[in-house]
Amino acid sequence: MSAETTTVPQEAKKESLFSKKNRRVLRDPLDDNNPITVQVLGICSALAVTVQVKPALIMAVGVTLVTAFSSLIISWIRDSIPGRIRMIVQLVVVALLVTLVDQILKAYMFDVSKKLSVFVGLIITNCIVMGRLEAFAMAQKPWPAFLDGIGNGVGYGIILVVVAVIRELFGSGSLLGYKLVPQWAYDMGYVNNGMMMLPPMALFLIGIYIWIQRARNPKLYNVS
Amino acid sequence: MEHYLNMLVKAIFVENAIFAFFLGMCSYLAVSKKIKTASGLGIAVIFVMVLTTPLNYVILEYLLRPGALGWVHPSLATVDLTFLAFILFISTIAGAVQLVEMVVEKFSPSLYNSLGIFLPLITVNCSILGASLFMQEREYNFSETLVFSIGTGTGFFLAIVLMAAIRERLRYSNIPNPLQGLGIAMIITGLMAMAFLSFSGIQL
Repeated sequence: MSAETTTVPQEAKKESLFSKKNRRVLRDPLDDNNPITVQVLGICSALAVTVQVKPALIMAVGVTLVTAFSSLIISWIRDSIPGRIRMIVQLVVVALLVTLVDQILKAYMFDVSKKLSVFVGLIITNCIVMGRLEAFAMAQKPWPAFLDGIGNGVGYGIILVVVAVIRELFGSGSLLGYKLVPQWAYDMGYVNNGMMMLPPMALFLIGIYIWIQRARNPKLYNVS
Repeated sequence: MEHYLNMLVKAIFVENAIFAFFLGMCSYLAVSKKIKTASGLGIAVIFVMVLTTPLNYVILEYLLRPGALGWVHPSLATVDLTFLAFILFISTIAGAVQLVEMVVEKFSPSLYNSLGIFLPLITVNCSILGASLFMQEREYNFSETLVFSIGTGTGFFLAIVLMAAIRERLRYSNIPNPLQGLGIAMIITGLMAMAFLSFSGIQL
């Protein structure tokens, strides 16, 4: 944040690009208003792609880009969208961006794209994207909407990476594909925790994350 | 026949949309507080899924597949439009949901009111789009697609009703404050997913 605060004076004329309000928009989703653990959005993909760190990272980047740019575009054209069909307009914009991400992944990272399988396409229905469009981008100027998209994408990414690091480290003894647990540990009887690779463990880990977060911050009790 | 029965059981129990792929978790967590609304949403999801997945199959087969446009004109036989799949699939789903919303509003206003915001949200229920994408990825034929969509929808219904039943009982238990609500819901879902793991490997 320090690098950003230094740019404030030059642009203090109107509302500066990184004014206090805009910084809040960017920062809140990282913890106090985290899309996954507080707003309960976008849980589907958060759980399914976290067996290893690499797909989780790529998924996080994809979701951040799609959320940010769809917020930007929708906020831009929000005055010309008729209320009744706004859902379809939003979905088409999101689907367009996701198609771009999917084609790029297929072209440059085919193995990861195979591993993520349908979950790239499912970014379209990721509740974070739609939720933020409805709750924020439809009522705000493009720039804050863009920041909000970035913030929520990164907030989502943090949870993904935390869960993925725990699951990969204990489940297969590696991080990003590099072996971390040395061979002698296995020789002495250390065993990878196979449970970590199974779907239920993602749910437990997020449950525990929520528990810790709310224990530290009683404001969040019973928000959902 | 056996093949289809096997697929149905697999889609409902072994590869349950919620417990194996986490599809549709958002509405699953948000609407599972009462059995009545949960079963309403479950039925709506089954309906929309059985409607849209075969429809998307037809779109994929006769419009998008490489060479699928051959029936229009032989010169189009080399066109591959699969990259349009996302946009067309989600448009079909959004249209079908709009239809369901109108029907429910007309015939059952009480259900319409209790489902509230979640009816339009079926559009963004991952399990619906997920079923269409799995259909594309696994290259099912039409009857397989139909059976698969029935199975996935039923699996979602089963999961959300079970969860609602547990959460109704949970109101009387003494849960640590920070764990209340979302936290305990996650952990219960995890336990249920573990229970469903025991179905794995079942073949009929």
